[in-house]
Amino acid sequence: MIDHEIIRILERDARTSPAQIAVMIGKSEEEVRKSIKHMEEAGIIRRYKAVVDWERAGVERVFAFIDVRVSPSRGVGFDDVARRIYKYPEVHSVYLVSGDYDLRVVVEGQNMREVAFFVAEKLATLDGVLSTKSSFLLKKYKDDGVTYEEPEQDDRLAVTP
Amino acid sequence: MNPNKGQSAIAKRIKSTVAEGKDMRPVSRIVQSTPPSGIRRFFDIVSTMEDVLSLGVGEPDFDTPWCVREACIYSLERGYTHYTSNYGMLELRRAISEHLYKREGLYYNPENQLLITVGVSEGMDLAMRAILNPEDEVIVPEPCFVSYQPCVLFAGGKPVSIPTCVENGFIVKPEDIRNAATTNTKAILLGYPANPTGAVAPREILEEIVSIAQEYDLYIVSDEIYGRLTYEGKHISIPTLPGAYERTILLDGFSKAYAMTGWRIGYAAGPTEVVEAMMKIHQYTIMCAPTMSQFAAIEAIRNANRECEEMVEQYNQRRRVIVKGLNDIGLPCLMPKGAFYVFPSIKHTGLSSDEFCEKLLFEEKVAVVPGNAFGKCGEGYIRCSYATSLDKINQALERMARFVARL
Repeated sequence: MIDHEIIRILERDARTSPAQIAVMIGKSEEEVRKSIKHMEEAGIIRRYKAVVDWERAGVERVFAFIDVRVSPSRGVGFDDVARRIYKYPEVHSVYLVSGDYDLRVVVEGQNMREVAFFVAEKLATLDGVLSTKSSFLLKKYKDDGVTYEEPEQDDRLAVTP
Repeated sequence: MNPNKGQSAIAKRIKSTVAEGKDMRPVSRIVQSTPPSGIRRFFDIVSTMEDVLSLGVGEPDFDTPWCVREACIYSLERGYTHYTSNYGMLELRRAISEHLYKREGLYYNPENQLLITVGVSEGMDLAMRAILNPEDEVIVPEPCFVSYQPCVLFAGGKPVSIPTCVENGFIVKPEDIRNAATTNTKAILLGYPANPTGAVAPREILEEIVSIAQEYDLYIVSDEIYGRLTYEGKHISIPTLPGAYERTILLDGFSKAYAMTGWRIGYAAGPTEVVEAMMKIHQYTIMCAPTMSQFAAIEAIRNANRECEEMVEQYNQRRRVIVKGLNDIGLPCLMPKGAFYVFPSIKHTGLSSDEFCEKLLFEEKVAVVPGNAFGKCGEGYIRCSYATSLDKINQALERMARFVARL
């Protein structure tokens, strides 16, 4: 039921139809639909969404990477603090990382003030948070495997042996 | 003083030839008698048009894996810009030797059984020049890659073409090879997986061909550039077959497996004497394959195999899409087992391959290659390449469906 080839196809283009996937991997459409449904229900496929270049869309959005040092609590480790952090809609992603800091949080806001305010008022004041270090995102080159430069053209000769 | 006074007779002749527009003496007879590639003519038409969707491209649409490009850049930064050994860098030959041993269980001594060439194209030319005497015959199953016959001709040999047909999956029948073999036959040229048909010969047939080669004491020149692009089962490398190793010149390269066409880098592996003979020609004509490409090739063969597998998975998916698409719109084709081409029949349209391709190009702006560019028996077929994005394949199929429906 878990089909890695289907996952890779959807990861590349989530809009590929089950009918097309069926042809691509040599299975029936029914089998593909079942497998996708199974993987959705099992939480393997979490969500389908568009990768948006907001800058190109003319929309101002500010991202910041906040490294957070946390004192882990008995029994739950870092999970409890992480959960308290990711519940905020402003938080784009939260990772547990190795190194000087424990959690890497990506925060999103409409402007720098909003993000700074969130960090100072919400994040830094959480129980268990010892310190934070913020870096604002200045330019996105590549995100989630997608580059943000001009789409590449096919510059091959049109007909070759 | 009259500046023309001391002019030599030759200079006068040159001057008068240019002035009167007279032709020079004709170029070599062999070159004259070799027809230009049928693909070239078609390319000239396509290149005058805009917005063409091309299924005519004989190279990967993927760019060379970044690690490979980066390794080349690094080599340039370090100033590794000099000649290498005529055989090619020993490090690269060792890497290839290890690769062949791991993948195929084949052992080629990197010292004298491997030669780094400027793509398989050069390897083919060298192989022919190394083994042929004037008038020696080479058996060439068709349809086949456009350069096989010219390579034989330029080397002074005589290509003996054997047609294959769709009923046999475009795979040569061993008995046809036997019937074509004469006392003048020197070699059999094989290219599986095949361009333009995508055919892969099964083991039994290859073994039979090898035994014919043993019987008539023939070389086998095996172009396995599409070997890694095999979709059903594992590629069978000719020299792994019983009795084949000592008479086979294996030609392979980096263009297709690692999307490195423009780097022009490949290799030949074979018996010591033949490789040495090939090296002798290579030494005088090429010196060595481009050094930066050799550095790139080392990186590719060592560290880009995951990228290769990812590309193969995508080709395989597109293969199924294009085969179903073409069959659905009434252009019957076999399921190719390798390379990135399908070879549908257009016979029932009543058009010749050339007519079909030109009409399709002018009316729907889809470029495919007439099958007859790959040999006479390719007439009535077209070659469609699926080394292009799934999106473009689907668009091209839509246009072709419209076109076929109108015929």
